[in-house]
Amino acid sequence: MRPITLDEIESLAIGAWILGTGGGGSPYLALLNMRQLYRGGVICHLMDAAELNDDDLVAVVSNMGAPLVGQERLTDPKTMALAVTMMEEYLGRQFRALMSLEIGGGNSIQPFMGAAMLDLPVIDGDCMGRAFPEAQMTSFAIHDLRMYPLTLADVRDNAVVVARAASWKWMERISRKACVEVGSIASTCKAPRTGKEIKECAILGSTTKAIGIGRAVQAARRAHRDPIDAVLEVASGIRLFGGKVHDIARRTTEGFLRGTAVIEGLDDFRGHTFKLAFQNEFAVGWLDDVPRVMTPDLICVLDTISGDAIGTETLRYGQRVTVIALPAPPILLTPKGIDHVGPRAFGYDLDFRSVFA
Amino acid sequence: MRRRIGIDVGGTNTDAVLLEDGGVAAAVKTPTTQDVTTGITRALAHLVERAPAAREAQAVMIGTTHFTNAVVQRRDLGRVAAVRIGLPSGASLPPFVDWPGDLADLVRAEVVMLEGGHEFDGRPLVPFDVKGMRAASRRIRDAGITSVAVAAVFSPLNASGEEEAAAVLREECPGVAITLSHRLGRIGLLERENAALLNACLIELARKTTRAFTEALRASGIAAPLYLTQNDGTVMLAEMAEAYPVYSFASGPTNSMRGSAFLSKRDEALVIDVGGTTTDIGSLRHGFPREANNVVEIGGVRTLFRMPDLLSLGLGGGTRVKTEPSLAIGPTSVGYRLTEQALVFGGDVLTVTDVAVAAGLIDLGDRGRVASLPATRVEAALARVRAMIEEGVDRMKTDAGEVPLIAVGGGSFLVPPRLAGVSEVVNVPHQAVANAVGAAIAQVSGEVDQIFQDLSRDEAIARARQAATDKAIAAGADRATIQVVEVEDLPLAYLPGNSLRTRVRVVGDIAG
Repeated sequence: MRPITLDEIESLAIGAWILGTGGGGSPYLALLNMRQLYRGGVICHLMDAAELNDDDLVAVVSNMGAPLVGQERLTDPKTMALAVTMMEEYLGRQFRALMSLEIGGGNSIQPFMGAAMLDLPVIDGDCMGRAFPEAQMTSFAIHDLRMYPLTLADVRDNAVVVARAASWKWMERISRKACVEVGSIASTCKAPRTGKEIKECAILGSTTKAIGIGRAVQAARRAHRDPIDAVLEVASGIRLFGGKVHDIARRTTEGFLRGTAVIEGLDDFRGHTFKLAFQNEFAVGWLDDVPRVMTPDLICVLDTISGDAIGTETLRYGQRVTVIALPAPPILLTPKGIDHVGPRAFGYDLDFRSVFA
Repeated sequence: MRRRIGIDVGGTNTDAVLLEDGGVAAAVKTPTTQDVTTGITRALAHLVERAPAAREAQAVMIGTTHFTNAVVQRRDLGRVAAVRIGLPSGASLPPFVDWPGDLADLVRAEVVMLEGGHEFDGRPLVPFDVKGMRAASRRIRDAGITSVAVAAVFSPLNASGEEEAAAVLREECPGVAITLSHRLGRIGLLERENAALLNACLIELARKTTRAFTEALRASGIAAPLYLTQNDGTVMLAEMAEAYPVYSFASGPTNSMRGSAFLSKRDEALVIDVGGTTTDIGSLRHGFPREANNVVEIGGVRTLFRMPDLLSLGLGGGTRVKTEPSLAIGPTSVGYRLTEQALVFGGDVLTVTDVAVAAGLIDLGDRGRVASLPATRVEAALARVRAMIEEGVDRMKTDAGEVPLIAVGGGSFLVPPRLAGVSEVVNVPHQAVANAVGAAIAQVSGEVDQIFQDLSRDEAIARARQAATDKAIAAGADRATIQVVEVEDLPLAYLPGNSLRTRVRVVGDIAG
């Protein structure tokens, strides 16, 4: 276990936004909270999963809801902490640490907000290694771990415990419904995990990885080097395409932001086009109509100059973007993993082939 | 006859034009003065001298960067009380939370956070704490604070919390200036609240300035009503505008683009304004600049102002050209020292202007001083300039088709007559006073940005359009002339039903 600096959390915000693969929500407001907390003297700690005892309990947390609502009902560490303490009351047991549900986007910082209030460490890891839109798209689901109980807290002192759910899909439906009722924004504590489960089934080291990516981007900017090269180097990624956003179409169906973006090639990629399909996050990319990259490989769209991640909600015509792929955590690449988060899980009738294969 | 006077108060010059039935009848340029007003009085005196009919103008429009400069330079700012309505939500991120420390210290007099606010669907979040509002109002009065900014959660969808707070403030603090966030911004609490806070700290300066403008007008013997131009190329009556100084933040570039559209008689085009140090490229749609969709920082404060979407390139007449070891254009510039430092003016710096003179694009200074530049280098440098412009133009285009490009500014000779992706390069008369012309032709607008649920896209847009039209009429527009200039819709993730965020903006001529 080691103390984590505010500079590292600043880097985490940049790296996590890149690992968000277009979704996950901007980490800006969570980062502002951390700046406030550190200004007030708080220091969070990052804990290696190896330090957990097998029977320790870990709270897996996330902010749930619509990113747009989050811009008005600003995220608050107290609500995050409340979801965790409610779970402790329900279980009649104390947590040893908190962990992020998804390292991609704003949820990377949520456990630090809760941990700051509860004086607990944060586990270096998550259960997606990126961002995904649905509850069953986690390493825990792939390992068939139990999906209940779940606690959900809103800022008004409304709290819900989902004591049981028949499946991950049911858990998603019930908790989503409760979330909408309280205004489409809530803090959640997912099914508690034992130290053993974390060590065996979580995606470990992803917090450190996100910090490293953010730090590489910052260093490259300071040195006037290409921040995208820096990301590729530090995260073993591949540059897939570079060009200009040529067309963008979005629609919401069943509560998800779905759509496509077409990028026209520039420089080395001139004369080629790249099409991206997204469901909150980027799911599949086609180079000249041939599938080139698909989930669970991480598909990240970055501003060609600044290296900043661009979300599926903020893609616009004319942006100069670079599409890169980063390797997915191995658990997502197993046959079971592909069932949960492969192209067919998003409705694309494609056999998964990794660009890293 | 329809007569309009447009005035642009820039950092260097104050320009004034008289438009008669849509044509430029007279134009003058005078130096901007420290107190701004003297410069305006002088410009008006010159204008009246040249065209006595200017006295009969029916409206006078002034565009100024005065308020932006006050924030950027941290001067003439008032101290304000911030009232946030939305507890228990957002408690950890109070007003001023993401302001630069020096600016916050100057402006922050009191911070009040109260229960209230709404949900995305218009339901109350919790009941509004009227009692707390009354107690806070008394504290504000007793502290002698004269300007208050009020921001409530989801106020763009339901403004009742902010309105109730204003009513209490008016009762308890007679004469206090009140800025309500829903009048200024869109969804995004912190950014909207920041806009309200900036507005509140400028309100005293705005009062003084607009009154000085009005006096300058009267002193020149002009009886017409005074309007101030806003970021979006429209105007507000000075009496109204003095309550909303932040609306004028980016009116300079907007007026330049609007003036260019008018002078070139084109509504759909890109505009390239080549100055001494930078080149700005913007996009005109229906004669208005396309607005930026993202966060805009003013003096280090994040806001969501309606700003023109501009691409700035480090390219201008004064941009340095390096030929060794390899060709490089900029990014540094000799700026206003062009007439001392450029080769053609006897200096020793190779600038883009020198290259243009060598190539015969323009006749400036002593051409003999660049005669020895090898033709291949001149060609290579101009090819690079062209590539920079073409890339910038391409970035600002909204679709792949060819568009006309209007070239203005002192360095517009750098824009080649033919460019990839451009149907034609348009040069305009009176381009030196395009800003003042843009002010003179300004109209009145109304805008709505709201989330609609379970409506078809067409129904949602129709509703937003009606609400925007009502706003424009309230601001002084003539109903018969109102037209929609912008429609944008974005489906929202993770909201129930079919939630559609719809933004509609309409404009119309000034009534009467």
